[in-house]
Amino acid sequence: MLVIKNLRVSIDNQEILKGIDLEVNAGEVHAIMGPNGSGKSTLASVLAGRDLYQITSGKVLYKGEDLLEKSPEERAKEGLFLGFQYPIEIPGVSMANFMRTAMNEIRKYKGLEPLTSSEFLKKMREKKDLIEISSSLTNRSVNEGFSGGEKKKNEIFQMAMFEPELAILDETDSGLDIDALRIVARGVNNMKSPLNSTIVITHYQRLLEYIVPDFVHVLYNGRIVKSGGKDLALLLEEKGYEWVRSESVNM
Amino acid sequence: MQKEQDQILNEVTSGEYKYGFYTDIEQDSLSKGLNEDVIRTISDKKGEPEFMLEFRLKAYRHWLTMKMPRWAHLNIPEIDYQDQIYYSAPKQKAKLKSLDEVDPELLETFNKLGIPLEEQKHLSGVAVDAVMDSVSVKTTFKETLAELGIIFCSFSEAVREYPDLVKQYMGSVVPYTDNFFAALNSAVFSDGSFCYIPKGVKCPMELSTYFRINAANTGQFERTLIVAEDNTYVSYLEGCTAPMRDENQLHAAIVEIVALENAEVKYATVQNWYPGNKEGKGGIYNFVTKRGICKGDNSKISWTQVETGSAITWKYPSCILRGHNTTGEFYSVAVTNNYQQADTGTKMIHIGKNSKSIIVSKGISAGRSNNSYRGLVKVLRGAENARNFSQCDSLLLGDKCGAHTFPYIESDNHTAVIEHEATTSKIGEDQIFYCNQRGISTEDAIGLIVNGYAKEVLNKLPMEFAVEAQKLLQISLEGSVG
Amino acid sequence: MSTITNISLEEHFLDLYRKNSSDIADNSAPLMNSFRENAIARLEELKFPLNGNEAYKYADIGSVFKQDLVKTFASQKISFNIREIFHCDVPDLNTEPLLLVNGRFYNNGLKYKKLPGGIIAGSLLQAANDYPEIVEKHYGRYAGESEDGLVALNTAFAQDGIFIYAPPGARMEEPVQIVNIMISEKGLMAQHRNLFVAAEGAELNVVICDHTLSAHSFLTNSVNEVYAGKGSQVNLTKIQNEHNGSSQITHSYYHQEGDSNLVSNIISLHGGFIRNNVNVKLNGEHAENHSTGLYLSDQGQYIDNFVFIDHASPNCFSNQLYKGVLDDTARGAFTGRILVRRDAQKTNAYQSNNNMLLTNNAKIYSRPQLEIYADDVKCSHGSTVGQLDENALFYLRSRGINYREARLMMMFAFAHDVIQNIKVMSLRNRIDDLVNKRLRGELSRCNNCSLQCG
Repeated sequence: MLVIKNLRVSIDNQEILKGIDLEVNAGEVHAIMGPNGSGKSTLASVLAGRDLYQITSGKVLYKGEDLLEKSPEERAKEGLFLGFQYPIEIPGVSMANFMRTAMNEIRKYKGLEPLTSSEFLKKMREKKDLIEISSSLTNRSVNEGFSGGEKKKNEIFQMAMFEPELAILDETDSGLDIDALRIVARGVNNMKSPLNSTIVITHYQRLLEYIVPDFVHVLYNGRIVKSGGKDLALLLEEKGYEWVRSESVNM
Repeated sequence: MQKEQDQILNEVTSGEYKYGFYTDIEQDSLSKGLNEDVIRTISDKKGEPEFMLEFRLKAYRHWLTMKMPRWAHLNIPEIDYQDQIYYSAPKQKAKLKSLDEVDPELLETFNKLGIPLEEQKHLSGVAVDAVMDSVSVKTTFKETLAELGIIFCSFSEAVREYPDLVKQYMGSVVPYTDNFFAALNSAVFSDGSFCYIPKGVKCPMELSTYFRINAANTGQFERTLIVAEDNTYVSYLEGCTAPMRDENQLHAAIVEIVALENAEVKYATVQNWYPGNKEGKGGIYNFVTKRGICKGDNSKISWTQVETGSAITWKYPSCILRGHNTTGEFYSVAVTNNYQQADTGTKMIHIGKNSKSIIVSKGISAGRSNNSYRGLVKVLRGAENARNFSQCDSLLLGDKCGAHTFPYIESDNHTAVIEHEATTSKIGEDQIFYCNQRGISTEDAIGLIVNGYAKEVLNKLPMEFAVEAQKLLQISLEGSVG
Repeated sequence: MSTITNISLEEHFLDLYRKNSSDIADNSAPLMNSFRENAIARLEELKFPLNGNEAYKYADIGSVFKQDLVKTFASQKISFNIREIFHCDVPDLNTEPLLLVNGRFYNNGLKYKKLPGGIIAGSLLQAANDYPEIVEKHYGRYAGESEDGLVALNTAFAQDGIFIYAPPGARMEEPVQIVNIMISEKGLMAQHRNLFVAAEGAELNVVICDHTLSAHSFLTNSVNEVYAGKGSQVNLTKIQNEHNGSSQITHSYYHQEGDSNLVSNIISLHGGFIRNNVNVKLNGEHAENHSTGLYLSDQGQYIDNFVFIDHASPNCFSNQLYKGVLDDTARGAFTGRILVRRDAQKTNAYQSNNNMLLTNNAKIYSRPQLEIYADDVKCSHGSTVGQLDENALFYLRSRGINYREARLMMMFAFAHDVIQNIKVMSLRNRIDDLVNKRLRGELSRCNNCSLQCG
């Protein structure tokens, strides 16, 4: 599904990712953990195609093709979804219009007919119930006036609507209470299939109680310094990032 | 409550202008009127080289073709330019060797103003150029500064001692053709300050010019030129006062600043010319052209002004952001009371790439005064990624005054981001009540609130000035809530 | 006719007036004629707002008026059936539009349109004769004190226009639509005059659409006087869609009595040179004014909005929102001036101007001004110049929406902010549509015009 080889990324001549290697296969759930400033969000943004960054070396293959060549919308149409850490407010653009436009763009790309209004609404209703997002939210402008938790739920709602092949969730758990966390996790778990993959980026182990990862990676100072199974997350929780710091010095 | 506030307001606004005395010293003055002979005489009295006289005459001839600008939101009475004295100087010996030779009356004047000219008496390391009636009386700490290669002296002295520098930079930022008052100043200016910071030098002390008008019927026309070479820093202060006189006096000054690569110049003014009495009689007409150019890349010019004086203020300290990555700043508090009128603001001309400007203007109007902010933000085609943020707030104290905002935004570059915000408000009765409830008197509450309102700007002043400016605000305004 | 290049504009028009004064008078109403001499004197005194005029700082009025254009004062015979050649893009409105062709009321057999509640709409010339007591009470009363020479010019020459009267308490369901058409074999100048009166408690909804139907140069210098009586509700929407060879100067004077609420929306879609002057006088307590504008311009178009809100009474509210998107070498200007008079305490006045430049050749000039003489007021203004938010663009793209579409969506959202102020729902939806088309470049200047004059 996704192969990252020696990815190095800078912003304003400051290197943030210092050689990332990662392989995600279909059907797998990967968790990337790390302290603040370790480069987690940069990695997510680069994969989605934000052009703020300079990619100085490395390669990213997505479904066998060069991902970095593609525009953000091409990546989305190819089934890559980024759940934003800070979802953007877009005043004046209604959620429904936004979702429908995006949905039909993706369908067009796949050679499918656009959804009719009633089909679209039906799908919205289904997914809304799953995510327990209120109807009033989808009537408003994109993320405008949403609370922090609502914004995050809205991201998961969109993910459920678009049914991506690779979902990257950037700190989707931060700012969520325990109920919202469960709902988010349900959304993710519901999507799980042998064909889909998920990368969960998180600071805390908490989310991983609900979304059980196949692999856990620790990102520290622009490098993946440790990889392992789900137990690594527990170990990390117990010993703290200080432990990784001392470990990484030994590398 | 309302009554009490009014009363306090009255008491405070009637606060006397404490710099209103005048000094009886012998003056060397020309008679009233302006013509080429007067200009020749001024130039001659100052022993100027030929190029200066030529500059003056050219300016004068150009001035004759110009009209006084009327676009400002000011009611300027007709000014009879022939009814002014264009040169007046405290009589003194040809050249001062030491402070002992300064007229004791003069020393006393500056002492009274809180500007001791004896270096040892000076508290903080501030070098002062004291200018009375347009003539530099004494510059302190000259030798200390000279050791670093910094030139800080009167403009007349600079003309004599450093004619090449003067020739190169004088009029390069404010040409004599710039406007009516700039032309007039260029023709008749009598003195002012000159400051030159050589490459790589960070000036270790605040430089300061203190202007004092003393003589009657006399126009004051000084000019200041600051040149900051590559990689330099200087902070400059300007203060001014005048005696209380019934007639209006004319003040038309020029300040030019040149900042070369990586230079930073901070220019702060506390303008406290006599504002006229409560009935609007007397006071200074203050028509000033101040402009700096950020000529070199990464240079920065910052204007901070606290304007409390003058009957009429017409003043727009500006920045031409020529170099790339340059920064222009303008922080202003303008207070008008009684019948004062102020039309003041800035121009930020973005030419270089990534040039940035910030404008923070706080106007406070009381009595029957009118206070206007007028500003231009202009982004030229080449100014990629130019940024401007302007915040212009007005506070009205009483219902007989006016507060106005006239910004001009002109953008020729689509990568520029310009934001302008302005609000108008009064001091809320609930704010005062809240303070009262906590045991603060209404008068103090107003002082507190006004100072809080102006804080963003006052914070930009050097320490010694900030305290003075705060007091000044209080004196100009206290209790002005209606 | 003397060419204008050799003499001053004032001389040209004074001369034009003298030579045609009988034609002008014969084809107008005595009431309107009684204002002309004064207006001519006023024009002589005020002159054209040329170089150095602060109010017209960025507008090149000289070039606009120096064009070689035909000015006719006799009634023209236009014998085509207007419905056959023209179908306005805007209305899904049930009513027949009122037509102004080259500044004159186009009489298709109907003198007045009479609507429920006693509302009358028709020719101003005709109304000046038929309803003198109403016209006399309002004509020239609100524009009369103007310091603008161009308003005097209009008063001197205007012969006809649209008159609408809503009697006390009248309710209006569908708006009255006015279609201004410029059509001619040669370049033409027209100066019409509209007068809308909403009596106490009346409701008035008007839509004005401006179109050019032939490829010649046109210049319109028109004046609208609108009286909003006590407690009245007036909704005005103007849609400007003229070709690039057209110049249009519109002076609107809105006089609002206490408790009235007037909403003015100006949607500028196309036009070579557009200047909209909006003058609002809030003349009674608790009057409320909303003035909004949207300008979308490209190529070499120039669009200039000048809004003056006079808070002459306490406790009034005004809100201005003007937004513009400027592409190619288009230039835009906005001036908003709020005046709060000495005793207009408890005024709330807001103003916002937001601009988006899409190319490095587009220009914007913005002057948001406040002039305040009362202390117990809440006034604020903001002005911005910027581009589309990159983060938002990325967000849209990351959901699969392509770059062009994402940009359009955001521009549309930017514009919709203004459109949502339009009170009449059906109209709002239609304008949304039009703006959408305009942003996509699908709205040609002569859309639906069967002349296809190119």
